[in-house]
Amino acid sequence: MGEYKFSKENLGKVLEALKDYKVYAPQKKADVVRFQELSDPSEITLEFTNTNVPPKEIMFPQTETLFRFKVGGQDIEPRVPEPTDKMLVFGLRPCDARAYSIVDKLWQWDFIDPYVKNRRESSTIVGFACSEPCANCFCTSLGGGPADEENLDAILFDLGEVFYLKTITEKGDEFVQKCGEALESAGDVERKNAQAQGKEAIEKIRRSIEVEGISEKLPGLFNDAIWKEFSSRCLGCGICTYLCPTCHCFDIQDETEALDGRRARMWDTCMFAEYTLHASGHNPRPTRAERTRNRISHKYSYFPEKFGVVACVGCGRCINFCPVNIDILDILGKVKEA
Amino acid sequence: MDEGNPYLPYTVRIEETRYETPGDRCIKTFIVNFTDEKVWETWEHKPGQCAMVGRLGVGESMFCISSSPTEEGYLRFSVMKMGKVTSALHELDAGDFMTVRGPLGNWFPLDEWEGKNIITIGGGIGQAPLRPVINYIRANRDRYGELTVIYGSRTSKDLCFKDELESFMTEDGLKCHLSVDVEEEGWPHFVGFVPTLLMEVAPSPENAIAVTCGPPIMIKFVIQNLEKLGFAPEQIYTTLENRMKCGIGKCGRCNVGHLYVCKDGPVFSYSTLKDIPEAFA
Repeated sequence: MGEYKFSKENLGKVLEALKDYKVYAPQKKADVVRFQELSDPSEITLEFTNTNVPPKEIMFPQTETLFRFKVGGQDIEPRVPEPTDKMLVFGLRPCDARAYSIVDKLWQWDFIDPYVKNRRESSTIVGFACSEPCANCFCTSLGGGPADEENLDAILFDLGEVFYLKTITEKGDEFVQKCGEALESAGDVERKNAQAQGKEAIEKIRRSIEVEGISEKLPGLFNDAIWKEFSSRCLGCGICTYLCPTCHCFDIQDETEALDGRRARMWDTCMFAEYTLHASGHNPRPTRAERTRNRISHKYSYFPEKFGVVACVGCGRCINFCPVNIDILDILGKVKEA
Repeated sequence: MDEGNPYLPYTVRIEETRYETPGDRCIKTFIVNFTDEKVWETWEHKPGQCAMVGRLGVGESMFCISSSPTEEGYLRFSVMKMGKVTSALHELDAGDFMTVRGPLGNWFPLDEWEGKNIITIGGGIGQAPLRPVINYIRANRDRYGELTVIYGSRTSKDLCFKDELESFMTEDGLKCHLSVDVEEEGWPHFVGFVPTLLMEVAPSPENAIAVTCGPPIMIKFVIQNLEKLGFAPEQIYTTLENRMKCGIGKCGRCNVGHLYVCKDGPVFSYSTLKDIPEAFA
């Protein structure tokens, strides 16, 4: 573990030095902060609470070509990313980094998904501790925290005048080696300030849920009225799942243009009717009540039963962006009462 | 399946096709072989397993492999014309190419069933996943007890694998009971629904395994009747199906409760399914 600091004006210099990496960092485009490949270090912004779109899209793009082919032919040209391309995800929040390790369990379950695996293995993850959690953050209820180090190679703190950078893994140390001369070593002062900031941030978190017992309780509520109650105002837009850092469902579609064809996968959501619609017309989840039940049960019961961890990191996005204010914590509260 | 990339399909050449049933929703059987014969060196499937079958440029859907591994040198799929992919597959004939990605999913535990009497209870296209079970037992006749085939459909025209059913009628070591839903001129067998035929045949649950596949409503009543006959949930097996895209437990959609039909299934014992309310949704 190493401790470093650099002045805020040197952020660009640090990023400039990272030529060996393909850097993904938060950038403000059209008033929205989103993770994108950083071509110009001055484009980075670290002035944000969290990005609307989670950085899951770096490992699992919204649309991704699985392979290409020629129309009428039978030859297949795989499009798996090379595992040797070094990727650096810089400035993601600890909750989103935790989400990577949760969904890894699915990507590596029995059949390994080479597309996600190669990116994950090639990537160095530099987290960015939260000093101002959002109104609906509840990461501390799920074992995370504003300065949680799980699944990070290094973590960055904004201490006002300077950034404090702490390495956690060997990959993190390797990253620091590449950062150049702008880095200075940090000491007790910065460490104490960072720790104090982390503690303060925890105290600023206003929302919570006692997760214990929910997983066991959900299967018994399969036919309960709460699903209809909570889904009656749902528009079925799917934003709760598209912007969820642990939602991983996808569709696979073939697309052709003239003689070029590709098979691609794209994000999909259990909140859409088509998701489970059989060719016969039968739909095992015909209304939003069953789909809402699946969304909540998958996160808090099915996934934990299969992979031993709740598939939610408490980032609050599904609450923040629901156009009709459906609140997962209200639903979970009702599950506990039922 | 490609070792490093489970999304890449094999190419197969269609050797032979035949129609099992007529009509708008006709069922066509494809007998196929890998264009790269070397695939057979690593390909190993068991009765009950599935594969994603498709056409490049159209897509893939999940089908059971309706041939038993004891039928060597080819794979069989029986496809009902229903949606986009199945309609595109129906356009294909001998000499054309399809893609196959598999084998996927689990299988009927035929090794555990050695020495037992096996009863298969099928309805309509539900006979397709039972066909490899029946043919596997026929090819390993001395390892199993009595084999009873119960199979029905709406009309006699809707029965799949008719040529084989006919030979079953006179085959030693196999009892075959057929039914159609409504009376039909010249039909010598049972008239009525499959669950009713099951009660007529009334197989003994002693040292027996019952496997049922068919429309969900049929499965529901077959299971009820098997329980009436004294079969324990552990003696009853069925297969489930749901919409699928990846077939390898990633894309999400085929789950019933915490189980993925594509990966944890499609074969399930009723002892597992009875506690999963979504299993028969």
